[in-house]
Amino acid sequence: MLLIKCPYCEEERPELEFRNAGEAHLVRANPITEQSDEDFAAFLYFRQNPKGLQFERWRHIHGCGRFFNAVRDSVSDKFLTVYKAGEPRPDMQPQLSPAPAELPVTKRSPRTKKVEV
Amino acid sequence: MSTSTHSGSNRIHGAGRLTPAKTVRFTFDGQNLTGLEGDTLASALLANGIHLVGRSFKYHRPRGILSAGSEEPNALVDIERDKSRRQPNVRATVQEIYDGLKVKSQNRWPSLTFDVGALGDVFSPMLPAGFYYKTFMWPKFAWKSIYEPRIRAAAGLGVTPGEPDTDRYSNRFAHCDVLIVGAGAAGLAAALSAASTGASVIICDEQPEAGGALRYESAVTIDGQPGYEWAASAITKLRALDNVTVLTRTTAFGYYAQNFVGLVERISDHLSSPALDMPRERLWQVRAKKVVLATGAIERHLVFANNDRPGVMLASAARLFLNQHGVAVGRKVGVYTSNDSAYAAAIDLKNAGIDVPVIVDTRDNPTSAIVDAARSLDIEVLTGHAVFSAGGKRRVSSMSIQPTRGGSERKVAVDALIMSGGWTPSVHLFSQSRGKVTWDAANERFLPGTYAQDCVSVGACNGTDGLQATLDEGLAAGEGRTSPIVATNGTEWTGGMIGSAPGAGADTSVKAFVDFQNDVTAKDVRLAVREGMHSIEHVKRFTTNGMATDQGKTSNLHGLAIAAEALDRPIPAVGLTTFRAPFTPVTFGAIVNHARHDLFDPTRETPMHDWHAAQGAAFEDVGQWKRAWYYPQAGEDMHSAVNRECVAVRNQAGIFDASTLGKIEVVGPDAAKFLELLYTNPWEKLGVGRCRYGIMLREDGFIYDDGVVGRLAEDRFHVTTTTGGAPRVMHHMEDYLQTEFPHLNVWLTSTTEQWAVIAVQGPKAREIIAPLVEGIDMSNEAMPHMSVREGKICGVPTRLFRMSFTGESGYEINVPADYGRAVWEAVYGRGKPLGLTPYGTEAMHVLRAEKGYIIVGQDTDGTVTPHDAGLTWAIGKNKTDYVGIRGLLRRDLVANGRKQLVGLKTVDPTIVLEEGAQIVANPNQPVPMTMIGHVTSSYWSENCGRSIALALVIDGTKRLGETLYVPMPNGVIEVEVTGMVFFDEKGERLNG
Amino acid sequence: MRKYSVFALAREALRAHKGWDQQWSSPEPRPEYDVIIVGAGGHGLATAYYLAKEHGITNVAVLEKGWLGGGNTGRNTTIIRSNYLYDESAGIYEHAVKLWEGLSQDLNYNVMYSARGVMMLAHNIHDVQVFKRHIHANRLNGIDNEWLTPEQVKEFCPPINLSASARYPIIGAALQRRGGTARHDAVAWGYARAAADRGVHIIQNCEVTGIRRAPNGAVVGVDTNRGPINARKVGVVAAGHTSVIMNMAGVRMPLESYPLQALVSEPVKPLIPCVIMSNTVHAYISQSDKGEMVIGAGTDQYTSYSQTGGLHIINHTLDAICEMFPVLTRLKMLRSWGGIVDVTPDRSPILAKTPVSGLYVNCGWGTGGFKATPGSGNVFAHTIARDEPHRINAPFTIERFTSGRLIDEAAAAAVAH
Repeated sequence: MLLIKCPYCEEERPELEFRNAGEAHLVRANPITEQSDEDFAAFLYFRQNPKGLQFERWRHIHGCGRFFNAVRDSVSDKFLTVYKAGEPRPDMQPQLSPAPAELPVTKRSPRTKKVEV
Repeated sequence: MSTSTHSGSNRIHGAGRLTPAKTVRFTFDGQNLTGLEGDTLASALLANGIHLVGRSFKYHRPRGILSAGSEEPNALVDIERDKSRRQPNVRATVQEIYDGLKVKSQNRWPSLTFDVGALGDVFSPMLPAGFYYKTFMWPKFAWKSIYEPRIRAAAGLGVTPGEPDTDRYSNRFAHCDVLIVGAGAAGLAAALSAASTGASVIICDEQPEAGGALRYESAVTIDGQPGYEWAASAITKLRALDNVTVLTRTTAFGYYAQNFVGLVERISDHLSSPALDMPRERLWQVRAKKVVLATGAIERHLVFANNDRPGVMLASAARLFLNQHGVAVGRKVGVYTSNDSAYAAAIDLKNAGIDVPVIVDTRDNPTSAIVDAARSLDIEVLTGHAVFSAGGKRRVSSMSIQPTRGGSERKVAVDALIMSGGWTPSVHLFSQSRGKVTWDAANERFLPGTYAQDCVSVGACNGTDGLQATLDEGLAAGEGRTSPIVATNGTEWTGGMIGSAPGAGADTSVKAFVDFQNDVTAKDVRLAVREGMHSIEHVKRFTTNGMATDQGKTSNLHGLAIAAEALDRPIPAVGLTTFRAPFTPVTFGAIVNHARHDLFDPTRETPMHDWHAAQGAAFEDVGQWKRAWYYPQAGEDMHSAVNRECVAVRNQAGIFDASTLGKIEVVGPDAAKFLELLYTNPWEKLGVGRCRYGIMLREDGFIYDDGVVGRLAEDRFHVTTTTGGAPRVMHHMEDYLQTEFPHLNVWLTSTTEQWAVIAVQGPKAREIIAPLVEGIDMSNEAMPHMSVREGKICGVPTRLFRMSFTGESGYEINVPADYGRAVWEAVYGRGKPLGLTPYGTEAMHVLRAEKGYIIVGQDTDGTVTPHDAGLTWAIGKNKTDYVGIRGLLRRDLVANGRKQLVGLKTVDPTIVLEEGAQIVANPNQPVPMTMIGHVTSSYWSENCGRSIALALVIDGTKRLGETLYVPMPNGVIEVEVTGMVFFDEKGERLNG
Repeated sequence: MRKYSVFALAREALRAHKGWDQQWSSPEPRPEYDVIIVGAGGHGLATAYYLAKEHGITNVAVLEKGWLGGGNTGRNTTIIRSNYLYDESAGIYEHAVKLWEGLSQDLNYNVMYSARGVMMLAHNIHDVQVFKRHIHANRLNGIDNEWLTPEQVKEFCPPINLSASARYPIIGAALQRRGGTARHDAVAWGYARAAADRGVHIIQNCEVTGIRRAPNGAVVGVDTNRGPINARKVGVVAAGHTSVIMNMAGVRMPLESYPLQALVSEPVKPLIPCVIMSNTVHAYISQSDKGEMVIGAGTDQYTSYSQTGGLHIINHTLDAICEMFPVLTRLKMLRSWGGIVDVTPDRSPILAKTPVSGLYVNCGWGTGGFKATPGSGNVFAHTIARDEPHRINAPFTIERFTSGRLIDEAAAAAVAH
């Protein structure tokens, strides 16, 4: 069972309090009706599914109820950082050089909207 | 030499720490035996001279006791307290005896000494590793009918209890700063050190008492005390501290992500008559900031011919039996070793008056002082020699010795043979933590290498040799106390042998066992390699080496070494099999603990549940809810009860508990805008006090949920969802509100449990409830169909909906849940004289089907669009966005040939179709048939006087009037495609 | 290839089994093959076998980054059945079951296909509706699947708890008698041996690190940790790692990889005679020939390549198992492990050509791929050999996720695999 830090509650809580909500930073087009079939399919179904840094959404469903984003190493399952919904995708490049398992948990990035990629 | 026969003829007077007066009676295969308090079953059996304890898995070879710990592969027995509390596959070396303990041997028939299955040993040349992959293929049918049933019957060890377990199990979650696994010298030092910092500490050990190897290391002193006594006083000290939890008989079995460790504490298995309220075992789920692994090392056996004979055992085990339990494992004990540690056992036995005729040491020139110490006790030491085989069958009777480089054989009569192949560090938990082991080539062992979690290994499991170094390392790991703990006469056991010993080498075909329980021999491992199994994982799976109940604690390294030798590759290149949880087998009951029967899953009941039950209602499970299904009266079956309920609703009125429907309060200045985005329907123009049936899609365009939404104010909506859908709809709404439409100013609150909902439906509905209602004009003009009003009923606040899921004029009375039962009874009391009849979910289903109202999840299945379901009217035509709008435009969702929801009438009106039955256009086609649809809902409609059905049919709406066919096993049923409304097609009754 | 039989076994018994051949060799890779299969699991090895056997293409390499059969093939709970709802699914799984029925003889390797019956329990009315829909559809597709009353359930599997007071009482079941289990390792080994015998190279410890493409975009080979290997056709059969491999060719997939755990109990004498599945309480159990209870758990909620999962997942599964079989609470969990399952949005597989010429993919089997092994390999070999799908796998395209023509067994059935 993972231990997850909720960026709103600012506490580490057991995974049972959380619901994973899939890949983060997927952009719902506006207007969505004008999106091509291919782009819509990509939004709806096609996923990066990376072996390594996974940007993903969680909801603290049995806590504050808020959605937030996290960067987790999908090989070690370790969280590298968490940040609030709407904040930009953090630049993890500096941390890609050392072995992921040895990365420290980084501080949150400043707040902005989620829909930016 | 003097002995006490009272608690077994092999009990040595003055040896061990048990009290001779404290006797315990138990039985083994019906034989009455006596042991001492503190004995394990193994020590008590050995005290009574019993070595033959079980039979092996494949060849049914007689087997004894190999070890004195949880690594035991051989001595597995069945223990029965009573019929419901019988336990198969208990390791005799772990089970403590108690008065009245009933033990039976396993995997033998008719008896342990005469076992028919032992014929397998005779035919063993035909049964090498993996033989079953090469045969039993002819004739084809015979695998299922002949071979497999016999193989199954021969396999397996113990027998599952015949009755459900009456024992209780419990569970605790715990957090601590430091979790220490193992209470030997290293673990105790770490605990004393960590405790001194004030940190919260949990220390656990699988044994009943602390000490680990100190329990048998007879010469050691620590801080001036004998080692065992130091351990006892250390644990006493720790127990007295508020910041320390000491858990004995507790195994750390699994090391999961982020320092989450599972422990199982065995609480009552060692007690003669445990209190009834005492749990048998307790699961501890510990989250530790730091984990200290002090798990020690496990002694290996040596791989030589017939090394499995009862009486052949590990030297450290013999030493523990002597120094702890006062039991001699034999009267004439041979010793076979490849390192120093067995010498200590030999010396202890000799000093206790046991004849130790010879120590056979594979090393040419062992130089340790302990070798001379043994010689000085007149024990013959043969260096550069090996035991080529053990004699005897049900008990070892001799050892055949040869020089390792060949030469003449010498046979020495013995009644026990103790051995040591060296020590394997217990890196199981370290490896489970996803740490990477490294190969220590000098000492031929795997040690902790790269750590993946906040964890440290100390002592023997870290490859730290020597007691003083172990204590120092423990102290350091605890990050506290700096004053040293001083050991004297500490031993240092390194070296040994892995792989096959002389005599069991590559050119022999003797049975030299690597994995005892699974009967894997050195030649099996070589055969696997010869057949192309070059990965150690293949070798393991092909031979089953290391896959028995001991999970290879003694065998893995031997298997690996033999494979490496056969492959002529270094050991690390061959690899190491993965260490998997659990460390030792864990009782299902301990993991399940409280989650049994009613506590398996929460049961949700409505406020009126007990009323329904008192009326004799039958209930159905819908998700976690119990819903009243129908209310049979005396002499009624389900069919007649449902018919009566349905007729009553249409002729008078019915009362229905709709409390399980999901309810969400959507509030805020942008509430209508939000609903516009979440539902296909338009909401902005819905008047206050009006309701509308809404359809919710997923982004893919398929129907996700439906329900009636009432507008209570410009900025307040009362949303209802399906019973099963409530939580996921709430989650779905929150997701969009928080992450896609965060600019909208809306609050969502789940109110499912806050409102009790009483549906009163039927021509007399208004007449029944109007007198109870205050402050609401219920006239048709003031409160038409699909409206909502707030007021009071029976003096309590209500949200009164005029709506219908039956096609009748009706109301849904929402009252605060606590008043639900009272209002229900008041309404029923008033309505009963007017014919008001309680109806359940089955009648509700029939009534709505008569009207063609769909049930999401029954008439739709996650592949149905609103168009397919005949709900195009529910899509706002001028809307530019809502969840699912784009998905609905996809090519296949607008293509011809989709399945559409239609009505079906059987040509014979008395035939009720089966839900799920498939529909074809041509019933005479051969199988596989082209199916064009299926029945989603089907009922006998007493109101229509015939059966009715709904179905999803390809291009269904173009087929109205067509005859289609439902082929059933006993004949084809003809059906006519119709519209979906079977009763009151014009819908006039809604406004009555 | 030396034929396996009881007579061969007897002959070898007389000479200490020294005469057995290697079941497969470990050759050095050639510079070029006609076809490269990425992934030596059951599906990949079966593909290679059928390429050789049915299409005469023997210049084939199967590249495996670890040891053959070490992924989901060697980690699953070995359930075999074909009682799927949709014609497309029924088609491919039934094709597989028909091959299972003769597989031991075809491969001359006893894969222990054991048609002991797969029973899927119904606990509520919704389950009944769903199962009946399956049963009727299966019957008209010529696939066996029958409804059992609670009494028949008990008769078929005596230790089951039929009590009406159970939290979720059993009110019936769907039984496919031809369903059952097989020995997972033997499937991989049997295909490996038979493929190797026909000239296929199985190259273990060979990790693909790149897909080589010609200027026109077509595949020309792969890069590996043992150097480049050329081939005009590459079939990716990498299960949980499919996204990773396909990403090397710049193709994003509609896949997510989840941890899936399973466990076995200590071996006991025969108790449970069939395979039991319950979707409502989320549990799958059968008893292996060795006597271990083989129990499948659910997936964790997050994607992961860690091959481990949480204890709470196993906890939940055992809760359900002990609800169904209260006599099992005193049995012990002996070993637990995890695999990585690649899951598509509609829970149906992809066996198809890809946007890249010469690149083929077989993936998305989720939690239930083992059962399809022979059928999947058989039609995938056809797809690669002919550069067009077999009739049976034609619907299982990537394109369906764009058009919306899903084969949504999960949505339609609420039945796990």
